Amino acid sequence: MLKDITLGQFFPGNSLLHKTDARFKILILIAFLVAVIAAKSAWSFLAVVVVTAAFVALSRIPVKIVLKNLKPLIFILVFTGILNIFFYKGETLLLHWSFIKIYKEGLIYAGFMMLRLVCLVCGSFVILTYTTSPLDMTDAIEKLLSPLKALHVPVHEFAMMMTIALRFIPTLVEETDKIMCAQKARGADMESGSLLKRAKALVPILIPLFVSAFRRADELAEAMECRCYHGGEGRTRMKQMKSRFSDWAFLLLMMVFAVGVFFINGYGVRV
Amino acid sequence: MSGIEVKNVSVVYGAGTPFEKKALDNVSIDFGSDRVVGIIGHTGSGKSTLAMLLNGLNKPTEGTVLLGGEDIWARPKEISKVRFRVGLVFQYPEYQLFEETVYKDIAFGPKNMGMDEENLDRAVRNAAKFCGIEDTMLEKSPFELSGGQKRRVAIAGVAAMDPEVLVLDEPAAGLDPAGREEIIGGLLEYRKQRKSTMLIISHSMEDIARYADYIVVLDHGKVHMQGTPAEIFHDAERLFEASLDLPQVTKLFVELKKRALAEETDVYTCKEGVRRIKAIIEKRLTGEANA
Repeated sequence: MLKDITLGQFFPGNSLLHKTDARFKILILIAFLVAVIAAKSAWSFLAVVVVTAAFVALSRIPVKIVLKNLKPLIFILVFTGILNIFFYKGETLLLHWSFIKIYKEGLIYAGFMMLRLVCLVCGSFVILTYTTSPLDMTDAIEKLLSPLKALHVPVHEFAMMMTIALRFIPTLVEETDKIMCAQKARGADMESGSLLKRAKALVPILIPLFVSAFRRADELAEAMECRCYHGGEGRTRMKQMKSRFSDWAFLLLMMVFAVGVFFINGYGVRV
Repeated sequence: MSGIEVKNVSVVYGAGTPFEKKALDNVSIDFGSDRVVGIIGHTGSGKSTLAMLLNGLNKPTEGTVLLGGEDIWARPKEISKVRFRVGLVFQYPEYQLFEETVYKDIAFGPKNMGMDEENLDRAVRNAAKFCGIEDTMLEKSPFELSGGQKRRVAIAGVAAMDPEVLVLDEPAAGLDPAGREEIIGGLLEYRKQRKSTMLIISHSMEDIARYADYIVVLDHGKVHMQGTPAEIFHDAERLFEASLDLPQVTKLFVELKKRALAEETDVYTCKEGVRRIKAIIEKRLTGEANA
């Protein structure tokens, strides 16, 4: 059951988004997020939705997979929707029943909020997590943050920690699965009983998991030392990141779009 | 004693996705009761999937698993009872230890069964004895022990549930020869006393040839061969097809036969090999003396 986790999974491919430099993708994503959050009117939301759809199409990742990953969000979506419908105070009253007041603006606002969330999640998935390998991503973060080195921020170490953490997620998931099976074989019951009982049932899984995580960390540290790892100082890369003209063009386009959204905000139904 | 049997079982992982994989394909095996069954097969042949089917950790996509003639999935809510009757020891079981003391760790399974104090104590000490764990070790933390000792504690933890069927996935992997001998020897002793069934999954032809009364060879999720050791190792060609090999001592006799030094190749254990070679040497000596 743990193997079903797909949140933040990389799908190898050869689309335009896959080929775009990861550093640029992070910047593009930031521009995209600004646009999504800034959108206020019906027309700007339409633009945002169109751009999101364009990104999904560009990534060539099946729409089914993208939608599947919205599933865990359904609760949050519904929750925000309901909250906004009931608590938004507008001008045109639609329904008034004892203490419940529903305004037309509330309905529109709730719709916009839900749309915004969906665009945020779909956009960041296809721009970054689905189309960027974890290694490229940490490299890009390291590069983008490298100016902070002047302030003695250990940027390389952070990036290395992130790489290692990402690398070990599948390993630990597999390990957890194994330990769960082993304890179930000894009659451990993890699916029934009170909350306290279920929390207690986690002990036989968590302790072996921690023990093995520490063991792995020790082994990895030793292996790194054996290969003369000594931090980021003077370290070169096998894959050099090279920006191309298309990367710059892509980023520029996104920035224009983000600024454009602020302009379109003036038109159409708005809240 | 109740026997265990699988009938026409298939297991498909990730059905309906591009990663769909048939781990077991229409497999039928009667493991019987009161004997040691060896399961061999190349990596990815479905051995571990089969093991997890037997105690209900895996549900067959098709087919049935019968324990004592009853389908174990007849009442899915009571599947945990099946897990107490069919004990499964995973590969590298030492990584599942978690309790403060060895005693408590071995007692984890029987406690889950709801055993009372008296029986629990007896079960723990009995299992510990057969797995070669000394009394002084019982109060130690399992994390202080050596790798081989940890393995014993983990196996004892399953044996203490006194299962009717004990399934061991590579019980001796990564142990030194003396440790192998002790662990498997102790378990065999235990099995004999309880008249339970033991299934050993292994890569080692030597171990299987030595301990098993019956052998099942799996290849690509299908039963490739099954029979007594003599039947299996007699058909070396077919064994090679599943990327497996003969026990080394059998290979020695195959070579001896080629050189016309031995007449038969039906030797599967070192003990038997030594006896045969002695006989051959004696025969030659007496032959020379007569000539």
